Amino acid sequence: MKKFARFDKNKLILGIAAPVLAIVAALLITSVIILATGKDPLYAYSVMVDFGSKSDSQVWIINKAVPYYLSAVAVAIGFRMNLFNIGVDGQYRIAAFFAAVVGGALTLPGFLQIPIIIIVAMLVGSVWAGIAGLLKTTRGVSEVITTIMLNAIAAAVIGYFLQEGRLAKKDGNLFHTPNLPGSSHFFTIPTMPKPLDGFLVIAVVVGFAYWFVLNRTRFGFDLRTVGQSESAAEAGGVNVKRMIVTSMLLSGAAAGLIGMPTLLGVSYNYGTDFPVGIGFTGIAIALLGRNHPIGMAAGALLWGFLERTGTQLEFEEYEQEIVGVMQGVIVLCVVIAYELVRRYGLRLQQRKVGEELAAQARKTEKAEVSS
Amino acid sequence: MELRGITKRFPGVVANHDIDITVHRGTVHALVGENGAGKSTLMKILYGMQKPDEGTITIDGEQVSFHSPADAIARNIGMVHQHFMLADNLTVLENVVLGGEKLHGISGRARAEIIKISERYGLGVRPDVLVEDLGVADRQRVEILKVLYRGARTLILDEPTAVLVPQEVDALFDNLRELKAEGLTVIFISHKLGEVLSVADDITVIRRGTTVGSVVPSETTPKQLAELMVGTELPSPETRESTVTDVEMLKVEGLRLTSADAEGVERTVLDDVSLTIHKGEVLGIAGVEGNGQAELVEAIMGMRDPDGGVITLDGIDISHLPTRTRREDGIGYIPEDRHRHGLLLEAPLWENRILGHVTEKPNAKGRLLDLKAARVDTERIVREYDVRTPGIEVTAASLSGGNQQKLIVGREMSHHPKLLIAAHPTRGVDVGAQAQIWDQIREARHEGLAVLLISADLDELIGLSDTLRVMYRGRLVADADPATITPEELGSAMTGAATGHLAASDNGSAAGPTSEEGESE
Repeated sequence: MKKFARFDKNKLILGIAAPVLAIVAALLITSVIILATGKDPLYAYSVMVDFGSKSDSQVWIINKAVPYYLSAVAVAIGFRMNLFNIGVDGQYRIAAFFAAVVGGALTLPGFLQIPIIIIVAMLVGSVWAGIAGLLKTTRGVSEVITTIMLNAIAAAVIGYFLQEGRLAKKDGNLFHTPNLPGSSHFFTIPTMPKPLDGFLVIAVVVGFAYWFVLNRTRFGFDLRTVGQSESAAEAGGVNVKRMIVTSMLLSGAAAGLIGMPTLLGVSYNYGTDFPVGIGFTGIAIALLGRNHPIGMAAGALLWGFLERTGTQLEFEEYEQEIVGVMQGVIVLCVVIAYELVRRYGLRLQQRKVGEELAAQARKTEKAEVSS
Repeated sequence: MELRGITKRFPGVVANHDIDITVHRGTVHALVGENGAGKSTLMKILYGMQKPDEGTITIDGEQVSFHSPADAIARNIGMVHQHFMLADNLTVLENVVLGGEKLHGISGRARAEIIKISERYGLGVRPDVLVEDLGVADRQRVEILKVLYRGARTLILDEPTAVLVPQEVDALFDNLRELKAEGLTVIFISHKLGEVLSVADDITVIRRGTTVGSVVPSETTPKQLAELMVGTELPSPETRESTVTDVEMLKVEGLRLTSADAEGVERTVLDDVSLTIHKGEVLGIAGVEGNGQAELVEAIMGMRDPDGGVITLDGIDISHLPTRTRREDGIGYIPEDRHRHGLLLEAPLWENRILGHVTEKPNAKGRLLDLKAARVDTERIVREYDVRTPGIEVTAASLSGGNQQKLIVGREMSHHPKLLIAAHPTRGVDVGAQAQIWDQIREARHEGLAVLLISADLDELIGLSDTLRVMYRGRLVADADPATITPEELGSAMTGAATGHLAASDNGSAAGPTSEEGESE
């Protein structure tokens, strides 16, 4: 039992080492960059911390983090399978669009209307991602190519329907789908000074479901097995092709949720001003959080924090691009740091096992000699 | 050449320590040791592919330090690797001059040099043949010629006989004697004792990473050598008392499988394969690798869908069932390549215990995993199957090959299979683990397990099997009684030279082919 404790302690230290290493490295690099622009990096950080800890900032950050988190989960489902779903962006947009169309056309009580909108979004997201899954399993096309092309197709489809006389109406300079009825407005959590988006609850549930399904179910084990070694999974009885399609469907369903906080809580329609690019942010956050449900939550909050406080930096006459640079540097540092720590940990473990067994072998050899 | 106190540390594997070897000019010096004893590491050190942590290498009285194979080549040391490094679509000539263009040009002069070397050492290499048209033994001779062409006076051969059938081995040894007669030095790595005794002038035995003794072949017996190598008495795969019943467990009838090769041409890889394994029977399949054994296993496991034929397990037609159902129905699988098919290398041992049996007890409760039970059962497997590990949370990659294999065997046996498919079950496994794995197969057979055994180790095949079949170009071409057959006879059938029932006492029919015929394959 003593041995276990030691291995676990190492694991813990290594687990903490990676993010600490990444953050320190990212801070150093950003500091150098800010210095290069002729500004004081320490002051920038203090501005960010001051502004970010204000209560209205915190509400803003959390509300911003909810769709980011859902997006990261959608990407992470693919990552755990060794699939790179770059198409989360197109999936959530087309999902939100059709959900908005369906929601705008119906007038039902909220307990029916809201689930219907959400389910439509998840279904559309699934179908859009599933196309890539099917193409991969039947025609061997890389999901990287198909999902990125489906992004463009999704944008074109939305662009076609989002015109007056088709599925949208004109409102000033904007086109948008008919507004959802009042019954479709999602609940909020009353906080001061502004309320928190009720979709936070859904995000927490999704995060838990993600963790539970992957780590506690047979299905999740199969999925992770395919991600780690397709050949071993196949020999172990996993239907790899079906698993690819299934995981793409799941990833797309999660992607379908990304647009919901905005649709049901902010805009109540899908218009030309509907937020874009959250799918790509999700890739960065999934990398940042190492596909771990808690890690991704931290990553999503960090992203929200940087975006919120970045606006304040502009008032202090820092370059507005600094925040983008920081985000990029952080992701790079995290990816590199985790890979370094992972390799180091594996080597450390192999050496430990080797040493321990060599010691055992020496002991038995001595015993042989003396006997 | 002298090596003194060579020590090399590695993560996770047995390191070399305090290796002392003296090799005399103009001799064949054999290095023997079990798989995993550290022979290959030592050879890599000698050839400059790895640097020793401690110790010295002295050549002709001069201390040297190799930083790369180029340094070794400059010292006239050449290496013939176990896996050939030849370009298939080039001719022998082109392969030989590749990378050595400055030596004798690339055409006339080079061809003359190749023919000269070939004749001097009796290698019989034809410079203008495409390498893809050559058999394994011929390719090996090309590799040897390549090394000689670069002026090597000391040749290192890493398990050169592993890919050869017995007749080809004899031919290789004739070549080695020629080389020796011309004053060249050969360092020969092997774990096959008979071969070593027949060809070597000196033998150095390596065990657990260190040299445990040097012997002269004329003064030793295979048994003594084996005991030196193993440290204890040699385990034997023999199983003589028969446990074969007349209950059919696996029946394969007329199995056909085609597959597209690299150029997209449909090729028949299994051609009308029929076999029956009874409860308590070990059916061994002999054959040179690549003759359809792997495909047969994959068809029975359900990883490839057969184009024709019927596979019946315990009375149920499983020809087109998914792999998982077949596993649940009682097929255990020890795969040929455990890293690719048997393990999740970066996952902890207990997750590896679940692999392949995720739907079965104790790993699952309904659709959920039962992590606690899986962990407890992993502890049991580690204990009962003597997996040497500090705990079940370490990754599979940190275990040695033998311990990884013991974990796989333990996992498969824990589900009480009806049929065990064991593909090269003791390949790359140390001798202790080998004996254990054999014991476990024998024990399970005693309890009525049917075993399909595929192995390149003919002693293992003959020793463990109740029935032997020979596979050649996707067909089962011959069968033999393991009680009477010799490895040589089996070897000739593996080249396709003998078919039908191999009767051991019949000198003519089975052991017919000369070595030339064997190599023309």
